Amino acid sequence: MSTATPVAPASAETRTYPAYSRSVLARLLLNREAAVIAALVVVFLYALGNVQYFDGPLTIYNLLKEYAPILLMALPMTLIIVTGEIDLSVASTLGASAAVTGVLVVDHDLSVPSAAVVAIVVGALLGALNGFFVAYVGLPSLAVTIGSLALYRGLAEGLIQDKRISGFPGALRTWPTERIGDTQYPNIIIPIIVLAVLFGLLLHFTSFGRSVFEIGLSDEAAHFSGVNVARTKLILFTLSGAVAALAGVYVALKSNSVATDTGTGFELKVIAGVLLGGVSIFGGRGALHGVIAGVLLIAVLNSALQLDGQGSEVIQIIIGLLLVGSVIASNFLPRIRALLPRRAVAPEVTSKTPVNGDHTRKVAQ
Amino acid sequence: MPDHEERREERMPTLQLRDVAKSFGAVAALRSGTLEVWPGSIHALVGENGAGKSTLVKIVAGVHRRDAGEFRLLGDPVDFGSTAESKAAGVAVIYQEPTLFPDLSVAENIFMGRHPRGRGRRIDRTRMYAESHALFARLGVGIDPRRVANGLSIADQQLIEIAKAISLDAKLLVMDEPTAALSGNEVARLFAVARSLRDEGRALVFISHRFDEVFDLCDTVTVMRDGAYVSTARVAETTEAEIVAKMVGREVAELFPKTPASIGDVVLDVQGLGSTGEFHDVSFQVRAGEIVGLAGLVGAGRSEIARAVFGVDGYDEGSVTLDGRVVPKGSPRRAIRAGMAFVPEDRRQQGLVIESSVARNISAVIRGGLARTGLLTARAENRAAGPWAARLQVKTSALDMRAATMSGGNQQKVVIAKWLATGPRLLIIDEPTRGIDVGTKAEVHRLLSDLAGQGLAIVMISSELPEVLGMADRVLVVCEGRITADIARADATPENVMAAATRSTSATAATKEPA
Repeated sequence: MSTATPVAPASAETRTYPAYSRSVLARLLLNREAAVIAALVVVFLYALGNVQYFDGPLTIYNLLKEYAPILLMALPMTLIIVTGEIDLSVASTLGASAAVTGVLVVDHDLSVPSAAVVAIVVGALLGALNGFFVAYVGLPSLAVTIGSLALYRGLAEGLIQDKRISGFPGALRTWPTERIGDTQYPNIIIPIIVLAVLFGLLLHFTSFGRSVFEIGLSDEAAHFSGVNVARTKLILFTLSGAVAALAGVYVALKSNSVATDTGTGFELKVIAGVLLGGVSIFGGRGALHGVIAGVLLIAVLNSALQLDGQGSEVIQIIIGLLLVGSVIASNFLPRIRALLPRRAVAPEVTSKTPVNGDHTRKVAQ
Repeated sequence: MPDHEERREERMPTLQLRDVAKSFGAVAALRSGTLEVWPGSIHALVGENGAGKSTLVKIVAGVHRRDAGEFRLLGDPVDFGSTAESKAAGVAVIYQEPTLFPDLSVAENIFMGRHPRGRGRRIDRTRMYAESHALFARLGVGIDPRRVANGLSIADQQLIEIAKAISLDAKLLVMDEPTAALSGNEVARLFAVARSLRDEGRALVFISHRFDEVFDLCDTVTVMRDGAYVSTARVAETTEAEIVAKMVGREVAELFPKTPASIGDVVLDVQGLGSTGEFHDVSFQVRAGEIVGLAGLVGAGRSEIARAVFGVDGYDEGSVTLDGRVVPKGSPRRAIRAGMAFVPEDRRQQGLVIESSVARNISAVIRGGLARTGLLTARAENRAAGPWAARLQVKTSALDMRAATMSGGNQQKVVIAKWLATGPRLLIIDEPTRGIDVGTKAEVHRLLSDLAGQGLAIVMISSELPEVLGMADRVLVVCEGRITADIARADATPENVMAAATRSTSATAATKEPA
């Protein structure tokens, strides 16, 4: 008899495949995100029990207040690094948009919301400029954003011109840092949570997000499958600029002043958090919840070590070691995983599977 | 013809492998590899993908360490822990795509790590160039040792690797599918070099999926199947059918079973397509149910035409029409929406996101439609991918396995599944069976034939003449970026296709009317 054609409709003869090769538990626990979350919980509990004043009423409040801009910028940065690119200009974009906000509100008496909208549009444009050079001109993002890191900082300095802008008016100035009710949480975490959910959905539960991963793994294959690689990158850099600008508005309001050095060095904290959170610097791998845990881990460590009376040099060294350690560990995790037994579905399935297309014998059985 | 009986008296085999085994985790890639290669012999190693050939080669090359078995080189037991050790012992492996340092000169590549030194420990370039020149003269090839490696053809790069091997006085040369990316002339040149190395008394192992090459070049053939040794025979005393039967463990009835299908309306209409430096004035039509073969030499512009039609690359002039509607140029996305599917030549780089899972690869193009209220779940992807994997009989233990872990044939099935899932009107398939084992090859051919029978229009690019002649309803021959012949199935012969593929464009008019 002629053999079953492979395009024939699925029948009882056709095999079905299990969706996963590993058990639910292994999939949930044996990954970098789980490791970072576990580390965060351990460090947090240890600090609660052992570091004086860590359980105080202001600890979490201060921590979130300080790390809010880092958390914000880490969201789009995650997507950018997953595509295999990087945006080093975020802190300068933050500085520029803080300067725009300051100049508009203090010098031109614009309302805070209007100024914020203008600043975010400016940030999006700055991000789009990065994206244009990376995606459509084809320059490496490392080079482009090192350039714009200097350029956008220069814009901020030009706007502020060696003076410190301070004295933001109005009730809206204090809103982001006010607490929600009696909790330890400042209002800024509301937009952070909303954006984290949106970015999480975008990266993990949309076709766009799948493209982001594919571009990181192989932009050529993505292109051949109809993914618009350039447009995807342009969108991501634009989002990065817009979110960095939002962080800039927040920083300006929080400190009630803008200087030329507002936010300098933030880009490294953002990238450190993203990488600690399990995102591969080579692209194609990572998850947003890991990144949030990664940034919080750095924040909690920083806060606990400060309360413990450690100098900044000790804090720097410990966070540096943690980052290097996480990179090393992520190289070993796949090997450990390989040693663990896989779910025993493979033999059972293959025994039912015709070898080399020998259908006739199978039908006879 | 070297006399083996006499040699056995005075010499020992260059390479002896007996029951060599290698496992990766739970997967036994090689169960019992046995191979004996004699000096002055070209030994073919054949087997389906996944038969264990590559693993065996990697053990000989020192990339992997064997788990068990005997491994002797020139009679001495050896155990290589690195490629450097195997090189020092006289083993050279020429891969399908050599990895030279692109920015260094040819001579520097040959003498990498052991440049001839002059006074004051400076590199003696004069001597290096002279020695390179002498090596190439010995091989009878004219490559300038001073030019940079970047931009050399794959064939030339392989010859540089061979020159390197000779300069190291390698006793054993292993060539792993060296001809896969070579044109006819380049293959002939490589074979001439291989024969001269044989005549110098070196031992050669030649791995190929092309039997005509095995019969042309080799004197002995070893067949492997499922990680184990099957048989060794003198080439003169065996037949292609016998080897194929041993490789697959059964007779392959028909490799190219295109069945007649009713030809329908024009689906693809390409008019006057041109791209500077690539191809010119390309016009052809493909009808529903028709398989149009694009034949020609490697580098003739066939893939470039396909890429332009699908929109991966742009073009300068002409138009592409699908089902009567013009397809905008330069956008694969638009081409897909119009009903095109494209299985590219390079599976690992272009056809698949090789580090991504089976499910994600299969659902890659259709996933936009799988989203509900904009949200896409892994469950939806798995549901969509599972039946397609089953229809193409993809061999995998689970849908989340990375494509990289699969054999070439299974990877190709995943690529085809991905495109069939889009329900295309036109399938462009570039080298459908390159690097695929015999069994899967027949499956792919049967599939293409069935798809045509269901009314799909197919453009098939292939460098394998029997495949083109067996599958295509019509053969378009491309030569130097132009279509030089349009031959109906009944009239197509290896002779007239090859003639058109090598003919200059001035003779175009004559070939368009096959006698």
